[in-house]
Amino acid sequence: MKKKNQTSHTNRYMLIGLSVFCALMMVLSSFSDVASGPFKVLANVTVIPLQQGINHIGGWMGDMKDNFSTLQQLQDENKKLQEQVDALTTENNYLQGESYEYERLQELYQLDQNYAEYEKTAAHVIGKDSGNWFNTFTIDKGSMDGISVDMNVLAGSGLVGIVTEVGPTWARVRSIIDDSTNISGMVLSTSDTCIVSGNLSLMSSGQIAFDQMENNDNVVSVGDQIVTSYISDKYLQGILVGSISEINVDSNNLTRSGYIIPAVDFRNIQEVLVITTTKAELTGENVTEE
Amino acid sequence: MKSVKTRRIAVTAVIVIVAYLLQTAVFPALEIAGIKPNLMMIVTASFGFMRGPREGMLVGLFAGLLTDTQSGDMIGFYALIYLVTGYVNGLFEQIYFDEDIKLPLFLITGSDLVYGLVVYILTFLLRSDFNFLYYLNRIIIPEAIYTIVITLIIYPLLLFINHKLEAEEKRSASKFV
Repeated sequence: MKKKNQTSHTNRYMLIGLSVFCALMMVLSSFSDVASGPFKVLANVTVIPLQQGINHIGGWMGDMKDNFSTLQQLQDENKKLQEQVDALTTENNYLQGESYEYERLQELYQLDQNYAEYEKTAAHVIGKDSGNWFNTFTIDKGSMDGISVDMNVLAGSGLVGIVTEVGPTWARVRSIIDDSTNISGMVLSTSDTCIVSGNLSLMSSGQIAFDQMENNDNVVSVGDQIVTSYISDKYLQGILVGSISEINVDSNNLTRSGYIIPAVDFRNIQEVLVITTTKAELTGENVTEE
Repeated sequence: MKSVKTRRIAVTAVIVIVAYLLQTAVFPALEIAGIKPNLMMIVTASFGFMRGPREGMLVGLFAGLLTDTQSGDMIGFYALIYLVTGYVNGLFEQIYFDEDIKLPLFLITGSDLVYGLVVYILTFLLRSDFNFLYYLNRIIIPEAIYTIVITLIIYPLLLFINHKLEAEEKRSASKFV
């Protein structure tokens, strides 16, 4: 009996000790990278390469599951068409952006705005967040491939998210539908800015919300495209976020808010494009040039 | 005796890592309605009631740390949740029998529900997001149900591995006596 008591005591001390350790790690890691560094390095050499390998199997199993509902042929056809749609949307967006550009004072737009001209590098998605609460994923390129924090990530014709963390061979991307994301957006046709924010409760309906758009005389209607704005300090200007699906005037009569359907299908992201220029670099360069 | 112990540690570590890899790399492809089962919780809880509080705690700690490196800006958050889960499940070792699948199912489901609640409270409620019923219906309960289904497949496997290891430990112990 005494022995049993003793082991349960040591267990309790262990529980308390390890809990304190966890709490300390939480405090430390929220202030600096020092605490999380060793774990990240450990993850680098152990699980990330395994993830890269197993991802192929995961993809294969996903295909197997899809086979139950659709035929492979249809999938291929759909993929091809989707690519075409993406290409056309990009082109259309590019042309539209350009025509608006000429309509307005051109000197305001001397910067290279259209993201078709940004340099991009392709990467594969190799892992997703392990829970159901957030929407982050890991890609198979890292600092060795020139990826750094704050780079914008695209898929197909629209914005997917932003790089939040980088390792030698991997990088973590937080998507724009994640609950903790806020982006400064802009209506392509009127240049009215708004705040686009991800929302877990909207995720299932495939929408994201926007608000704080000025309620002025500019007509903004359903179907208008929202792109990243010129005042954002992390997102490059003019990347397509999605199109408006609902817009309402807020009860204060000063602002408008509504919902956006993202340009990217977030349920099924396998390959992404990372723009290898960050906004900070771009604006920094411009400052030195002037 | 020592080699048997090392083998147990190695096997346990492999199980945790495999579970983690399945969770992050394979399960996203098997999502139903955007929900995936929580395999790490199955492993942590199973080791808790099969092997007692101490192993439950350690398995939980490592499972949590792995989850943290994948998803968190904060190291230690999930580690703490899984740590406590492992410990609490370990307390049920006393009333656990191999043949009975009701208790494991009940414990794993309970753990997953509590896990969902804790994550909601600590990451959403504290940001004054009060839409609890939505999250309950949309994430917490579906995740628990899907986890039960996966438990029916995974748990017998864990039990089998544990049996093998236990048999071996007994054999080598009797050899020395």
